[in-house]
Amino acid sequence: MKSAAFWFLAPALGLIALFFLLPIAAAFLLSLTDFDIYAIGDPAALRWVGWENYRQVFEHPLFWTALGNTFYFVLIGGPLSVGLSLGAALLLNHRLTCCKTLLRTVYFLPVVSTLVAVAVVWRALYSPDAGLLNQLLGAFGIQPIDWLGDPRFAMPAIILMAAWKNFGFNMIIFITGLQAIPERLYEAARLDGAGSWAQFRFVTLPQLAPTFLFVALMTMIGYLQLFAEPYVMTQGGPANATLSLVMLMYQEGFRWWNMGFAAALAFVLFAIILAAALLQLSLQRKGGV
Amino acid sequence: MRLGLARWCELIRTKTSTQATVRMNFHLRMSLVIVFSIFMLLGCNPQPESQGGIILDLWALGSEGERVRALLPAFEQQNPGVRVRVQQIPWSAAHEKLLTAYVGGTLPDVFQLGNTWLAEFVTLGALLPLDAVLPQAAQADIFPGVLAAHRLQGHLYALPWYVDTRLLFYRADALQQAGVAQAPQTWSAWVDTLRRLRAHSGHAPLVLPFSEWQTLIALGLQQQAALLREDGRYADFSHPAFRDAFRFYIQLFREGLAEVGGEQRIGNLYQAFAEGRVLMLVSGPWNLGEFERRLPPAVQASWATAPLPAPDGAPFPGRSVAGGASLAINAHTPHAQAAQALLAYLAEPDVQLAFYRATGDLPVRMSAWTLGDLRQSPRIDAFWQQLQHAQGVPQVAEWERIASALMRHAERAARGLVSEEQALADINQEADRILSKRRWMLEQQKP
Repeated sequence: MKSAAFWFLAPALGLIALFFLLPIAAAFLLSLTDFDIYAIGDPAALRWVGWENYRQVFEHPLFWTALGNTFYFVLIGGPLSVGLSLGAALLLNHRLTCCKTLLRTVYFLPVVSTLVAVAVVWRALYSPDAGLLNQLLGAFGIQPIDWLGDPRFAMPAIILMAAWKNFGFNMIIFITGLQAIPERLYEAARLDGAGSWAQFRFVTLPQLAPTFLFVALMTMIGYLQLFAEPYVMTQGGPANATLSLVMLMYQEGFRWWNMGFAAALAFVLFAIILAAALLQLSLQRKGGV
Repeated sequence: MRLGLARWCELIRTKTSTQATVRMNFHLRMSLVIVFSIFMLLGCNPQPESQGGIILDLWALGSEGERVRALLPAFEQQNPGVRVRVQQIPWSAAHEKLLTAYVGGTLPDVFQLGNTWLAEFVTLGALLPLDAVLPQAAQADIFPGVLAAHRLQGHLYALPWYVDTRLLFYRADALQQAGVAQAPQTWSAWVDTLRRLRAHSGHAPLVLPFSEWQTLIALGLQQQAALLREDGRYADFSHPAFRDAFRFYIQLFREGLAEVGGEQRIGNLYQAFAEGRVLMLVSGPWNLGEFERRLPPAVQASWATAPLPAPDGAPFPGRSVAGGASLAINAHTPHAQAAQALLAYLAEPDVQLAFYRATGDLPVRMSAWTLGDLRQSPRIDAFWQQLQHAQGVPQVAEWERIASALMRHAERAARGLVSEEQALADINQEADRILSKRRWMLEQQKP
């Protein structure tokens, strides 16, 4: 009986071991060596360096910049994106809204469109001379802003684009969460004399809490791995203002072939994500969820 | 995998040719047709016509990969039995692709590479020494600075294919209007010209992107800075010679003669140059063709090129970086002889000239310039003059990485985030760290 279960599971377990566990173990071993361009040419040039790579991660001139940028992106972009999703979901779930299916499709469209194509369009929007955004701001008398060229504005520009690109997915999840709230709870609240704000505060939000937890967690995990947006929009510039941890990992690993160091950075990022996820879970549990 | 594919091709070919004699049922025939067309799609290459022929695989980068094909039939005629198969690879992915191919043991027989990657591939032991491919006379016909950049540890590891160096592109009409008679020949004249241009136009006239290290390094070479010391064991950026160059470079930004991040603000360079929002840039030969193609006719008469200015008191023109692309042979190719013949052919003056006509890439053979009267055009002649004063960068595998760190710190200094002194100290420290493995490797090699 037992062995039958094993054989049914074996193909899946085998694939997981081969393509998931084995590479992780290999990457961990790699992170304890100084595997680099010299080691490719001559395996004798490979040195076992123990935790040296991990120490160097924290001394890397760009690590703290990248970490700061990543947190900036997560702390501003995450709430913005989740808030946008919730707002859009509430609007779309309202009984007075028309053409719901159409709007839902339109809001979801950015999620499924190719990032590179989206980036081209947003580059045009952000263009300092002819961009639509600066023309809009100009109508209010605001001086043109060099969105992608100015280190102060590059990250906000990336955040804005990422929030726009991603909010549709969370919106769909919120809509399902909203639809799962039984109508009788609202009826009861109305009978108790609750206005629309009170209904939202005391019925919708608590009922949405599990959805909220899921959305917040997934968004945070996804946003900590910021890569594609700066990769196609700014290449990490200007003055490294949009260099994220994964960007740094890519540069070290594939541009400079510093595989050992890049692997160590990957495990550091994993630890950060794990810590952030645990922190968030414990916070939300304390919050009474 | 490859062998298996070849066998399949063979099998299918014999099956299809004997189709007439062997009566096959419809299903088998149909399935063979389907399988055959799938293999056609997968790139089942036809075998060479001559028996025992050699196929040379050549990886060429960018548009050169497209244009070089036209030169190859003549080579194949001269070398019966040899066929060249060209694979085109985009520049942006080339470095990663070549490294990965080396790791996977799938490097082609001959490949193109940027000449600053050379040290890296020599370190890997991926390249065949090419000292005997060209006779001495032909080697002497190549721009000396360019050829020197291909010689490592006393051996020639690649042949330059076309040259690249950086010099001034400018709007001659704007210089005239600002009261400057000719392109600047000294650093102080350069600054003076830029000041006048700015006063006349009201904006920063020069574009200096931080993504291009060549300009700053050229200024350093002009001050005779060694850049690295002790055989590339340590960085030497705080040396007074480089410090002068660095100060001059940063000064251009501090004075508003070039704008930090200007290249992003102007958007399309050619449009900005045509509209006079950019009046001067430091760029390479590819822009000769681009400017001719992309600038409107009204501006065509008013742009010019000039060699880089030299530091005050040094002879004009100032040095620039010897760049360009090279051709190298895989150290493990089974067709070394044919590959060397291909390289020798591509280095012949008339082939170089034909390649220039097809691509606009400047020939490495000086006799090709004479052959094609290239110096007739003053814009191209500026490159000729500059190439006589071109010098390679230090030949260490870590060069690109060091240069990129250098520009990162230069940008910080130009933005005023750190002082110049601090930036130079930071660069030195970071470059020393990057070179630590090299130091260890050199220690190991000592007997």
